[in-house]
Amino acid sequence: MAETTKLIYKYLRHDKKFPHVWCPGCGNGIVLGALIRAIDRTGYGKDDIVLVSGIGCAGRMPVYVDFHTLHTTHGRALTFATGIKLAKPRLQVIVIMGDGDATAIGGNHFIHAARRNLNLTAIIVNNNTYGMTGGQYSPTSPYGSLATTALYGNIEHPFAIADLAVTAGAAFVGRSTVFHANLLDQLIEQGMQKRGFAVIEAVSHCPTLYGRKNKLGGPVEMLLWQKEVAVRVEKAQKMSEAELAGKITIGVLADRELPIYTQELKKIREAAKAQAAAKDRAKSPHGCE
Amino acid sequence: MARAVGEAEPTMGEKQTVAKPQLLQGNEAIVEGALAAGCRFFAGYPITPATEISEVMSARLPALDGTFIQMEDEIASLGAVIGASLAGVKSMTATSGPGFSLMQENLGLACAAEVPCVIVNVMRGGPSTGLPTNVSQEDVMQARWGTHGDHPIIVLAVSNVWDCFHLTVKAFNLSEAYRTPVIILSDEIVSHTREKFVVPDPASLTLVNRETPEVPPEWYIPYEDTPHGVPAMGIFGDGYRYHVTGLIHDVRGFPTQQPEEITAFRQRLFRKIQQHLDDIQLLETESADDAQVLVVAYGSVARSARRAVREARLQGLRAGLLQLQTLWPFPGRLLAPYLPQVRAVLVPELNFGQVYREVLRVNQGETRVELLSRIDGNLLTPGEILAKLLTL
Repeated sequence: MAETTKLIYKYLRHDKKFPHVWCPGCGNGIVLGALIRAIDRTGYGKDDIVLVSGIGCAGRMPVYVDFHTLHTTHGRALTFATGIKLAKPRLQVIVIMGDGDATAIGGNHFIHAARRNLNLTAIIVNNNTYGMTGGQYSPTSPYGSLATTALYGNIEHPFAIADLAVTAGAAFVGRSTVFHANLLDQLIEQGMQKRGFAVIEAVSHCPTLYGRKNKLGGPVEMLLWQKEVAVRVEKAQKMSEAELAGKITIGVLADRELPIYTQELKKIREAAKAQAAAKDRAKSPHGCE
Repeated sequence: MARAVGEAEPTMGEKQTVAKPQLLQGNEAIVEGALAAGCRFFAGYPITPATEISEVMSARLPALDGTFIQMEDEIASLGAVIGASLAGVKSMTATSGPGFSLMQENLGLACAAEVPCVIVNVMRGGPSTGLPTNVSQEDVMQARWGTHGDHPIIVLAVSNVWDCFHLTVKAFNLSEAYRTPVIILSDEIVSHTREKFVVPDPASLTLVNRETPEVPPEWYIPYEDTPHGVPAMGIFGDGYRYHVTGLIHDVRGFPTQQPEEITAFRQRLFRKIQQHLDDIQLLETESADDAQVLVVAYGSVARSARRAVREARLQGLRAGLLQLQTLWPFPGRLLAPYLPQVRAVLVPELNFGQVYREVLRVNQGETRVELLSRIDGNLLTPGEILAKLLTL
């Protein structure tokens, strides 16, 4: 407990913006806790960290933490993060998004950021709904689930965010639930230390809207459900497809060494400078111009 | 180390070369102007007729240790530009109508969060895909009002290669001085016409850099009002940790719902521009002081208008030209003294009369104001403007 209090004082803007906007029982607090524990473990200073977010409940996270914080437009957080990282590569840029933010309005930015492989850490809080606007169906709402815009059941099929990140080329992809908070800490820490684009999907819950609408119980029941359906990736490899139906695989889903954008950029700069120098040499002061 | 607004940068960090005349395209001159102003980050997406700006940036920036990146769309381009600027690098993007429409969302964020950046819009005609390869001036109002909500904005219009270079430098200076996005409106004729141009010695240029905080970080109040209305800008990674948001915020940058804080912030946004109109509003005049008839023009049309005015004088009509280099905030107060002195004012434009209506508004019925509009994708020639002038 004392340890927690210390971290709160160290990293939160505790005297400024509290109480926070999240509902009692929301998973966002667990993700925020995991984030600051992971940052504390990596040893980065508060001045080294930029936390960027988009719009939505998860998008409100930066306001509470004492880093360089940027609350951007809906779905665009990764584009701003790209600019920051390229302008100042020494900064550790972490992006926090919701499922709608990252995979609906920001879906294109998400796959391109993964493809580009900049050294960014993207955390996606997946609560299967648009919480801030009152519980509409999102790109990760399960088929048949209820939402304020799917009163007769959702007829769309959900994205598997982490799998999408693997396919799009992210260097590191991890998934945890917020019930498995220790795993979430570890994955965020690994993601931050990974050289390349890292995606961590935090499977979360929205008891106020999604849970209530779909009669899934309160926060406790929803957390217990996460415990029930989560399967470690090591175990999942030994399971059949039928056994894995309805399960959520958690752990490290991809970890690969890929060329990093900023390193490639360095090569380009050197090549350009070499070319410019050669051009200058060719132009002798007495030559014709 | 912080430098005061208006103070020149000590060195350009670029190799000095003997200036020689070059045959430069408008788009190339915009790039040269941006680089001379210290731009070291460009994010863009290919679009006619602005693509050359991306191409030349991609060729020039790497050797200057700058960054060129081609993003997945124009929304992302401006997002990256704003991010880079927050991290302390002068940044720019360039596009045309459809791309400019996509940028409006993040343009609003740059206004609200007061992030300096420069956006070039090489205008094309018509709604939607419109006339990609033709000349037009149809985005005067999109530049002013494209992003939602009341906001101030600075918009400059270029009319030749000289303008493309020098007004781009000016655009960066204004954006840095007043922490605001600045839009440069060009058009297909200006951007693709090649002219002889001597890139000036960088040391001869006045460059402005954003004011950065000098107080210790714990004393720093990121959106505090100042006499000139522009707060010092903490740079990400420089020890001044604060919150940047597109939500209406208090002086500390945190979202607020307090009416008095909302009002104070929003009024300051406008005031910081309004109290510097002398620096922001640029007007070029030719033979305007004794004119009987005046032409108010901008962009490529101003060039045709200049020739028309000279020819009118040769034919005995005392014509004059007011060339708007700043379109927004509309330089009405600079136009106003001229209007009552003349018989008529002609506003030639490649649209249905976007600046014409502004001139009408400023004129308040004092003088006859006529529109010469062309919307068929072709430029207004000096002959057409002259013919119209002779009927006034």
